[in-house]
Amino acid sequence: MEPTIYASLEDVTLSFGENVILKNCNLKIVRGAITCIVGLSGAGKSTILRLLDGLIEPSSGHVYVDGHDLCHTPERKLVELRQKTSLAFQFAALLDSLTIGENVGLPLREHTALSDEKIRHIVDDALESVGLRHIYDSLPNELSGGMLKRAGFARAIVTRPELVLYDEPTTGLDPIVTNLITDTIIRLRQKLDGTAVVISHDLHSIFRMADYVAMLFEGAIIAYGPREEIRTSSNPFVQQFLTGNEVGPIPV
Amino acid sequence: MGILERFGEKTIAFLEYLGGIISLIGETIRSLVHAQIRYAETFVQSYELGIGSLLIVLLTSLFTGMVISLESAQQAVQYGIGSLVGGAVTYTSVRELGPMLTAVVVAGRVGSAIAAEIGSMVVTEQIDALRSMGLSPVRFLVVPRLLALAIMLPLLTIFADIISIVGGMWIAQAYAHINPASFISSARQAVGFDDVVKGLFKSFIFACIIAFVGCYQGLSTRGGAAGVGRATTSAVVISIILIFGTNFIMSYFLFGGH
Repeated sequence: MEPTIYASLEDVTLSFGENVILKNCNLKIVRGAITCIVGLSGAGKSTILRLLDGLIEPSSGHVYVDGHDLCHTPERKLVELRQKTSLAFQFAALLDSLTIGENVGLPLREHTALSDEKIRHIVDDALESVGLRHIYDSLPNELSGGMLKRAGFARAIVTRPELVLYDEPTTGLDPIVTNLITDTIIRLRQKLDGTAVVISHDLHSIFRMADYVAMLFEGAIIAYGPREEIRTSSNPFVQQFLTGNEVGPIPV
Repeated sequence: MGILERFGEKTIAFLEYLGGIISLIGETIRSLVHAQIRYAETFVQSYELGIGSLLIVLLTSLFTGMVISLESAQQAVQYGIGSLVGGAVTYTSVRELGPMLTAVVVAGRVGSAIAAEIGSMVVTEQIDALRSMGLSPVRFLVVPRLLALAIMLPLLTIFADIISIVGGMWIAQAYAHINPASFISSARQAVGFDDVVKGLFKSFIFACIIAFVGCYQGLSTRGGAAGVGRATTSAVVISIILIFGTNFIMSYFLFGGH
């Protein structure tokens, strides 16, 4: 059966002044799958997540999420559409002044009329699903990097979004926590029965969790396909990236 | 780069700034009209921004009232118009120095804190996180701070006026032997209730300036920790310049300077 597309970038160009970040970039995100985007540092991978979350608009082209074009959409409509997506930030971006429980429950408190008791129950469940118990009353500055990231995941999934975007979830973590985070992403995708996009540099983690892999280079997706197809790709750019070789078409 | 080019760049930057501030004011008014107010956060901010500034406002106002009295009382007694010192101190405090000095002190203490806090939230992606959750940073951050300042700055000004007059009265008695009854009688003749109201109206406008400039500088922070520092400094400098400028304009129209 042909996979259905949940989100896509179509001919997206994004530039800030003379600095071109994305150039005629095309990408398809398959519904119900984990798509990992790889590429050099500063290639614009995180920018793709922000486009998919409607936080920035492309200079030209279109960004579709669940059939809705996010471009030129009024902020009020975007707020509505953002209920379908959720972004887990690289450094969690939890609000310093709130406890972990308040942070995770914030979207529910602001967007629903659920009782405090019900919200507490959902937040506890979300924290449980990322393996964090008993930290409801902790402040963000009391947690380790890995715990912060998982708390960020809990906030991202608490509203049960259809699309979860993970920005470099394993960067800067030790191998054990990296494995834990990777397992968590796989488990959360299954739990939500939704779609996920992950930006990562960790190849071991990527090939464990990805259903599809896309490689971004010089503002465009130069390789895209199922995990195994990319792993065995003869594309010299992909090969150089996967092997980490300094010699090849990618200038060092 | 030529002078014309530099002038053009500065003009564009100024218009961008103006447009940004106007847009922020518009969005804030929309939130207020739709009653999108976080009351608990407004209360917390009122306490932190208002009560936290009380001591420093009282001290600066006390010394200001004392120095006005010191400068004017002995001279006035020499010329036989000692009975007018109470009026002079009260008049200056209620109409000009009370609202303006309180605003300047609060701009330095609170405006910088607002810019630094929001700026830090920008560089640590907390503002993006709010937007990603479908929450308006204006409703979440700007509205509570604006309301807190709009309520607390006029209240602080009342305290500043009182302590300034009390300080002035004490110095007038101590150094020029002007008795408090004469001081108060002169004050009551010189200043009417409408002067007090107009002074508090000035405070309200200054509160809006401090809140909007602080929040805007914070929200437009770029470039990490250095950017937060720049935003903080700019918030204070711009607020103080605007406070002095609008004070002149308001005095001109409110107190019949025209």
